[in-house]
Amino acid sequence: MTFSPELEKRIEKLLASYPSNRRKSALIPMLMYAQDETGYVTRELVEEVARRIGIPPVQVDEVVTFYTMLWRKPRGKYHVQVCTNISCLLTGGEELYEHTCKKLGLGHRETAADGVFSLEEVECMGACSWAPAVQINYDFYHHVTPEKLDQLIDDLKKVH
Amino acid sequence: MLYNEPSPLETRVLTRRFSLPNSASIDTALANGGYQQFLKACGMTQEQIIDEVKASNLRGRGGAGFPTGMKWGFLPRQSPKPKYIVVNGDESEPGTCKDRVLIENDPHLLIEGILIAAQAVGAKAGYVYIRGEYRYLIDIMEKAIDEAYAKGWLGKNIQGRGVDFDLYTHTGAGAYECGEESALLESLEGKRGQPRIRPPFPAVAGLYQCPTVLNNVETFCAVPSILEMGGKAWADLGIPKAGGTKLTCLTGHVNKCGVYELPLGFPVEKMINEVGGGIRGGRKMKAFIPGGSSCPVLKGDEAWPLTMDYDAMAKAGTMLGSGGVVIMDETTDMVKAALRIMHFYAHESCGWCIPCREGTTWLKKILTRLDRGVGTTRDIDLAGDLAKNMLGRTFCPLGDAAALPTISIVEKFRDEFEAKLRKVQVAVPAFPDSPLVVMQ
Amino acid sequence: MVNLTINGIAVQAPPGTLVIDAAKKAGIEIPAFCYYEGYSLQAACRMCLVEVEKMPKLQTACTLPVGEGMVVRTEAAAVVKARKTTLEFLLTNHPLDCPVCDKGGECELQDMVFRYGAGESRFTELKHHVDEKQWSPVVFYDAPRCILCYRCVRVCDEGMGVGALGVVNRGVLSEIAPSHGDHLECDECGACIDICPVGALTSGTYRYQTRPWEMQHVGTTCTFCADGCKTTLGIRNEKIVRGNNRDQSGINGEFLCVKGRYAFDFQEHPGRLTAPLMRINGKLEEVSWSKALAAVAAKFSEVKSRGGQFGVIGSTKTSNEENFFLQKFARQGLGTANIDHRRSGDIVTLIDALAGKTDALGSVQDAYLMKASLVVGTDLAQEHPLLAFQLRANFRHHDSHTYTVAAGPVREDSYSVAQVRAAAGEEMAGVESLRDRLAKEPELLVLFGASVKGEALRKLVAFVGSLGIAKVKYICLMDYSNSRGAMDMGLLPDLGPGYKPVSAAGLALPDMMASTGLDVLWIVGANPLARHELKSTGAFVVVQEMFLTETAARADVVLPASSAYEKGGTVTSGTGEVQRLHSAAKTMGAKPDLEIMGLIAKEMKLNLGIWANANVFEEIRREVRGYNIPLPTIATGQAVQTSPLNGRVAVASRPDLIQPAGNTLFTSGSLGKYSKKLTSVMEYPGALYKPQY
Repeated sequence: MTFSPELEKRIEKLLASYPSNRRKSALIPMLMYAQDETGYVTRELVEEVARRIGIPPVQVDEVVTFYTMLWRKPRGKYHVQVCTNISCLLTGGEELYEHTCKKLGLGHRETAADGVFSLEEVECMGACSWAPAVQINYDFYHHVTPEKLDQLIDDLKKVH
Repeated sequence: MLYNEPSPLETRVLTRRFSLPNSASIDTALANGGYQQFLKACGMTQEQIIDEVKASNLRGRGGAGFPTGMKWGFLPRQSPKPKYIVVNGDESEPGTCKDRVLIENDPHLLIEGILIAAQAVGAKAGYVYIRGEYRYLIDIMEKAIDEAYAKGWLGKNIQGRGVDFDLYTHTGAGAYECGEESALLESLEGKRGQPRIRPPFPAVAGLYQCPTVLNNVETFCAVPSILEMGGKAWADLGIPKAGGTKLTCLTGHVNKCGVYELPLGFPVEKMINEVGGGIRGGRKMKAFIPGGSSCPVLKGDEAWPLTMDYDAMAKAGTMLGSGGVVIMDETTDMVKAALRIMHFYAHESCGWCIPCREGTTWLKKILTRLDRGVGTTRDIDLAGDLAKNMLGRTFCPLGDAAALPTISIVEKFRDEFEAKLRKVQVAVPAFPDSPLVVMQ
Repeated sequence: MVNLTINGIAVQAPPGTLVIDAAKKAGIEIPAFCYYEGYSLQAACRMCLVEVEKMPKLQTACTLPVGEGMVVRTEAAAVVKARKTTLEFLLTNHPLDCPVCDKGGECELQDMVFRYGAGESRFTELKHHVDEKQWSPVVFYDAPRCILCYRCVRVCDEGMGVGALGVVNRGVLSEIAPSHGDHLECDECGACIDICPVGALTSGTYRYQTRPWEMQHVGTTCTFCADGCKTTLGIRNEKIVRGNNRDQSGINGEFLCVKGRYAFDFQEHPGRLTAPLMRINGKLEEVSWSKALAAVAAKFSEVKSRGGQFGVIGSTKTSNEENFFLQKFARQGLGTANIDHRRSGDIVTLIDALAGKTDALGSVQDAYLMKASLVVGTDLAQEHPLLAFQLRANFRHHDSHTYTVAAGPVREDSYSVAQVRAAAGEEMAGVESLRDRLAKEPELLVLFGASVKGEALRKLVAFVGSLGIAKVKYICLMDYSNSRGAMDMGLLPDLGPGYKPVSAAGLALPDMMASTGLDVLWIVGANPLARHELKSTGAFVVVQEMFLTETAARADVVLPASSAYEKGGTVTSGTGEVQRLHSAAKTMGAKPDLEIMGLIAKEMKLNLGIWANANVFEEIRREVRGYNIPLPTIATGQAVQTSPLNGRVAVASRPDLIQPAGNTLFTSGSLGKYSKKLTSVMEYPGALYKPQY
């Protein structure tokens, strides 16, 4: 499996961050950075990462299935994450999530057929004082109203 | 950048460089006192640094509130193994968004705090563990680290003082449990974020089984100002037994939500009404969570007379926690709140031990039914009882964190649960389909 | 010693003892699922919570070391309630399909709920369900039954050194997962199934065969490799349905490999011979026992009376009694010295080189206890899984030092202190390179494979002897369950029982096969024609065999033999442990080899003594050096190590005759081919399993 030169560079830097007999430390960051490129954690990626780190594939599976940000099926180009945890719930997060479901025609951890959007109801993302919050890929959006969300999604649709 | 207006009532110690232009750059930091306390630390003995931190009464800002100086003192002075500094930036406690603000606005303050801690214990390398959702902070942190290396504040022979220190970032990938220190270390070692059996504690056997200082971002950020002001003066910012300031996240039904740096012992009433601009719509406060959803919930009336510090909160039967204040006004549906909180813990339970793994999901199912009005008074009793059966019997504090809010909400707001029982309007299946944690 | 009180009883325990173990010593049971002696601590099941005075919360007895003055209560009200509620939690998503579960009746969860749990549940929600999965021909996993005690993960990783199991998903969806996504690539040892306290992991051979209480249990000795594991066969309606060793008896404790646990199915292979066969008009045809025995006896008597040439080849899987009787039959009954078997380890040279030393032959126990081990010229995990397991456990529990000198990477490399690569036969240079490090060891166990033989072995013994190590023991590795016994019993052309030289040496196995002058070739439980051509084309060939092997197919008379699981007697493991066989099943028409030989003797009117196991074994105790061992120990199913080191061996060994089979975990010479389970494991994707060390 081949990665882009940028990713290779990042992985090289990553592996240099840990003692040489502790390469396994690089596992989670390596999966995260690789997933940014591959879209999700494919079986091929599991085997590749296992090979690069020198561990059995089951140890990669253990980790991939534990962390929610590691996906084992394709996500959209724009992964819309709506928080409904307590601070967001109090400020309309639940309604915002339901609105987003309707807007995108998707449910929790679903990806649109055209692969542009995917949706996830997420746990607290650390934007509680500026709730309700939405993350699209890694970008935060604060004080999101249904109208603001519609605008955001429509803009992204145009870009796409 | 800042996402809310600062309040004039704040005591800006950790956040004092925040309003400066380019506050995250090393030039801004250096022009405004940055790294000077590290130089001071270079001239101090390890004991002197630790004593200063002890004098400051600084307690861990992640939520547990363990005295920081004491924690550092647990590291063996002589060790054949390398020592590590690990920064807990896995901020995931619902209601908490302060570490994010610290790293985003002044990463060099964090680096300076790390360097001082490294001096205090003799560590040569450190990792900043940042939750996966904060990817942009990884970029900010890495830029800051690169700047620090370029200007000789990291690496070999720092500023000619004969001190070596290397610092790296490490991203998480979505797991609340990794905020627990031993689970964070597991995650940092490339494993599932499941906590370890303790003892041994990280100070003795932490990262790679080596002595490790592991503190919250805010804890490290507090250290430079402690050396600058002197431990005693820093302690006096707060109240006896709880020194200094605390970044407090006002969330929920207040007019001016935001992150504010307030001295410990700050009155709740003043915090809500003056810093936070009062309850939304002038309503009454129904419930109050002092520091993240793991704390027992207080009724509004219980909370008003309190002050924001460890002892006052403990006396009131809750905890100061992480600084994530959640304020709920009288319109809040407490059954839904209890359900949402339990939904979170069921989702985040790592599954290692039986009571937490099975208890959180069972409770979530019961609370789901109660929220939909499908249940009996026995279900309300059962919810409270199950939470108590988890309490104190799980492997790590997550079980308690899930149990405590449930116990308190069921006890204090039982009438709301009962009211819902009587409001069954639609035919709901007897066993509502309550999807579990759907991972894929 | 630390003094503490448990339930009011004063208990003393060494510092560092866990409360759960201290309580056990005092006769107090603290229940636990995840705690398992010998494996890492988990504190996951929370069943062992106890009340300790001055500690605010209940403590897990499995992680709490004893403390001076500690006051522990294991049945306090709070403890009883905690246990009960933990079981209530545990049963929420458990399917409670006990009526059809293999484990029902011997399930730790059932027992625990019976003793500590509640008879009713307050759980009225939907249970979480996932379908059962098959991971390999022998391993099935039913996640809903799994209580996540992680015993399987640990036994595989820590015990076997394989690490083929992991935990995936999280929270209530957590489950155990196999090494390669949807299937296992592993040793297929089944240790995970055995150690599973519930019916989550089930065995491909046993599942849905029986209820546990409908079985009889027969403890016998595994008939495959030379490690001599005790396997307890579960018998239902005369059929072997299970092999395990849950009572931890025998030299192997609860360890078994794929062969000991699953490969018993050769016993009921449809190819089993159930009637004697005689060559009539060039074709093998079924005849009666009396006709076959009469024909054999007549031929033997006729050839003997005219001074014709006999060749006798014995087996490495038949019992000591059978082997002893066979050599006696050959030497006294037939008057021939042409007797041999296929040798796989140079025990003769070793005994000679160590002559006069006592206590210099290593046992299975030594592999677990000695402070250092040197493994030369063998892939232990493939060929001797029990010894490999013992060495790993030794490292895990005692930080023992292991040195490997082998051709390829071996599993021991992962924890050994030094790994030296050396081609087969050229290991000495590698061993010598370790001189300084070995010399610092206070004790050393040397395990060597078949490539170390003759002069090389003498050099090895001399070298190790020169290091000045206080305590040195040797293990000569061999192939099969009674390879050592065949040597000890004198199935050799130049050495009689107990390595006593015979007056005139006969032909060795290859020489017999190459000879053109044999009149009779009598083969008991061996398959030499798989490797050798029989040059005496006119020889009358008599074969005692379970299957129509290459050799049996050439025979003039084939006498159907019982398997090791169908008879009594004793066998001697490669490390010299003498253990009993017990009959677990029957194959109609077949007879134990001893009985067949006795009947031939009777037919020939020879007086070779009573052909009953007990009588022959008495004779062995008198005749064979090292075998005068205490009978009660053997009789109660335990092992006694023989030590024939009381003198030099007057005849030089024949290193050229040492031809190991080179078995792997999944092969075992001719016999292994008749186990459908072993072959199915080889055909499964798991057969791609290349040990990655």
